[in-house]
Amino acid sequence: MTRFILRRLLSTALVLLVVTFVLYLLLNVALDFFWDLRSSTSPNIASLYESRRRLLDLDTPAIVRYFKWLAGVGGCVVGQCDFGVAWKSGQEVTSQLQGAIANTVKLITASTIVAIVLGIAVGMISAIRQYSGFDYFITFVSFLLYSLPVFWVAVLLKQYGAIEINNFINDPTLSSWVPIILVCLALGLFWMGALGGGRKRRLITFLAATVITFVTIYYILASGWLQQPSIGIVGVVVIGLGAAVVMTFLSTGLKNKRVLYATLAMAVIGALLYMPLQYLFYYQEMNWLWMFGLLIVTIGVAVGVGLAFRGPDPWDTVRTTFFTGLIIAVLIFADRVLQGWGDYSDQPAINNRPIATIGASTPNLEGDFWIANLDTFTHLLLPSIALILISFASYTRYTRGSMLEVMGQDYIRTARAKGLNERTVVMRHALRNALLPLASIIPVDIITMIGGAVITETIFGWNGMGKLFIDSMRQSELDPIMAYILITGLLAIIANLVADFLYAVLDPRIRVNA
Amino acid sequence: MSTNNDNENALAPDDVGDNAIEAKETEGLSQGKIVFRKFLRHKGAMISIGVFAFVALFAFSSVGFGPIPGWWIYNHTSSGQILNSGGAPTWSFSNFFTLGQHPFGQDDIGRDNFARVMKGTQISIIVMVIIGLVCLVIGTIVGALAGYYRGWIDSVLMRITDGFIILPVIVIGSILGKLVGGANGPLLGLALGAILWTGLARLVRGDFMSLREREFVDSARVAGASDFRIMFKHMLPNAMGVIIVNTTLVMSQAIVLEAALSYLGFGISPPGISLGQLISEYQTSFATRPWLFWWPGLFIIVIALCVNFIGDGLRDAFDPRMKTIPSWRKMKKAERMTQKKVANTTQKEEAK
Repeated sequence: MTRFILRRLLSTALVLLVVTFVLYLLLNVALDFFWDLRSSTSPNIASLYESRRRLLDLDTPAIVRYFKWLAGVGGCVVGQCDFGVAWKSGQEVTSQLQGAIANTVKLITASTIVAIVLGIAVGMISAIRQYSGFDYFITFVSFLLYSLPVFWVAVLLKQYGAIEINNFINDPTLSSWVPIILVCLALGLFWMGALGGGRKRRLITFLAATVITFVTIYYILASGWLQQPSIGIVGVVVIGLGAAVVMTFLSTGLKNKRVLYATLAMAVIGALLYMPLQYLFYYQEMNWLWMFGLLIVTIGVAVGVGLAFRGPDPWDTVRTTFFTGLIIAVLIFADRVLQGWGDYSDQPAINNRPIATIGASTPNLEGDFWIANLDTFTHLLLPSIALILISFASYTRYTRGSMLEVMGQDYIRTARAKGLNERTVVMRHALRNALLPLASIIPVDIITMIGGAVITETIFGWNGMGKLFIDSMRQSELDPIMAYILITGLLAIIANLVADFLYAVLDPRIRVNA
Repeated sequence: MSTNNDNENALAPDDVGDNAIEAKETEGLSQGKIVFRKFLRHKGAMISIGVFAFVALFAFSSVGFGPIPGWWIYNHTSSGQILNSGGAPTWSFSNFFTLGQHPFGQDDIGRDNFARVMKGTQISIIVMVIIGLVCLVIGTIVGALAGYYRGWIDSVLMRITDGFIILPVIVIGSILGKLVGGANGPLLGLALGAILWTGLARLVRGDFMSLREREFVDSARVAGASDFRIMFKHMLPNAMGVIIVNTTLVMSQAIVLEAALSYLGFGISPPGISLGQLISEYQTSFATRPWLFWWPGLFIIVIALCVNFIGDGLRDAFDPRMKTIPSWRKMKKAERMTQKKVANTTQKEEAK
């Protein structure tokens, strides 16, 4: 195994070296290092050219310059990185990179998780209901998402997701109820298709989903929730109990009373801890270390409750309480963040237009940990939606494809034949095996996103890796581009290796022969 | 009564299933014909071909191509007087439906948006087709050589492929676009084609690696065929499915990539024109002149969607595991017939 990894690492590293060499030479031709001087009318233009030439060392042949650059980068091995300088802004590339990587990771974490969860869920349902109206609809939607130009969607998102919503928050008058009723009907149809069943059950699902959506939207509009959004203790209790039931249903089925009581106990504990936590948040200045500590506590409590209820299959119980506990913890966190909404909106820097269209944070914002988080979230909202739209489609297609393949296998028939219920067949026997191929896709996808959220970052002014690359291309700054290429390439190599490794570990059918 | 029953019972159990229907339909047909028929039955692909042909015909005939003039009165550079306020689209429902002078509206200096969008569509389609062709040629040749010869040729070619896969396409695309882009569509197409072929090459390689172990390759070699002949005369037709399907899918990826690059400014830039470039040029005017933004975007989506669906149809048609799904009505009918038959048999047994 180690031999295999080493050999792969070595050969791809060599490839990366060749790639950087070729691209360095190409970039020397493609970039115009004098672009800002071309239209200059200054009398000492010749000396300006001359000094630029000296600054960028352009009299040395490009090949020699490449090896100089490589020597600087090679210093990383001994702890002295020298990625060069972005000549236009005069910044060190190393310092540029640090901020950029952090920003990109911040941007893609949430959207990747949401896209994976949604994509797997929808792809799975679409495969179970193969050739139904729902399946055709999802297929069409994923093709549509494949065909959407991100930059086009981003402009629409800025207009309708930010500007119009901000206007609406400031002036909540609705011109017509027709679009809202249409949305309710569409959601009703969606749930009807997703949950399926006989004619009667479908009708009930449709009506229930439509009415629930309508009541929710009506409540949001009528109570002015958008102006002062909050979850509150009632919301935490209701959603927590709902999460407990849903998690139990997905994980073991509602018939397993022991697990159901365990998750319900988790929800109750969450509700009881709500008030004490508010005091803690009020008297103690929070930071991410505290948050991490509280997360550990949550996990500890969840595992404890799971073990207390235990039953014949303790792992099932612990797993279910674990996920329920996570959901409740996130709920309480979100609730606390939303409590700052009023203060946040009233700040002069925000000026009652909370949803941001550009950048990663508001400059000159005053506030504690919670306000800063809220600010980050309002900035994350739109670019995350744009990113989710892209990757959601591919995850759905992958899951659907592999799920269909698995559902046709003999062991699924065996599972059905021995009388297992549909939930167990789908969630235990089919889904787990269907997710295997995803293990080799997800790492590569995440890394591609780190380097590849280029367009999204550029449009939303998010100072991440992609924007660094595009800005440097526009400014003809060679060194940041090369640093970007090197890092993205390295990450891609690692991701591919992780993917292969994961696959080999998870799937015993795959043999690695070195 | 009894004859009727006998007729019903004479149906073999398989007759009601979809396999039998398909087996009967494909009897005595060549592989190519079976694939073609399956493709014709794919509704999404058929509609998409129609829509795509319509769009392409419109784009090429309306504003003309090269020296040939089109039937539309304006072209993409001529500026005229701004008719509506701000250059809003002139079509209206007065007098049933009238197009007016500028059905897609005008931009701030009075250029006709319809002519510009059509010209952009034209260029985008040309770039897409060139990318597809370049990918087809490079991918097939590289994949075939690597899969057939194995050994060091395979290693070298696959390392080269790895070199392209290491970086996101849009990154290499921007660098090459900056190098060759500008106003030149076909050249950009060539450059982008030269980086998008890697997926196809890997798939063709896989296909060739399994094909070269087959008997017909051995017999061709025994008969004295040259390597070249074995590869392109004997093996290539067997890998045709993979090649066609993936070229189509690459093309759908290509049109969005070209648009993205042009949007970023590393693809086609003024005075050149393409759909992505139009969006990039007009994105700031979304609030004041939304029609300038909507139309090019819609055409990108329509073209990409059509090509995606055509690719999907081709994939289904070439996939031997893919059974044609009988319609819901056919399934119900088959179910009814089975039930009837079962009922008849039990009746008979009871009568006995």
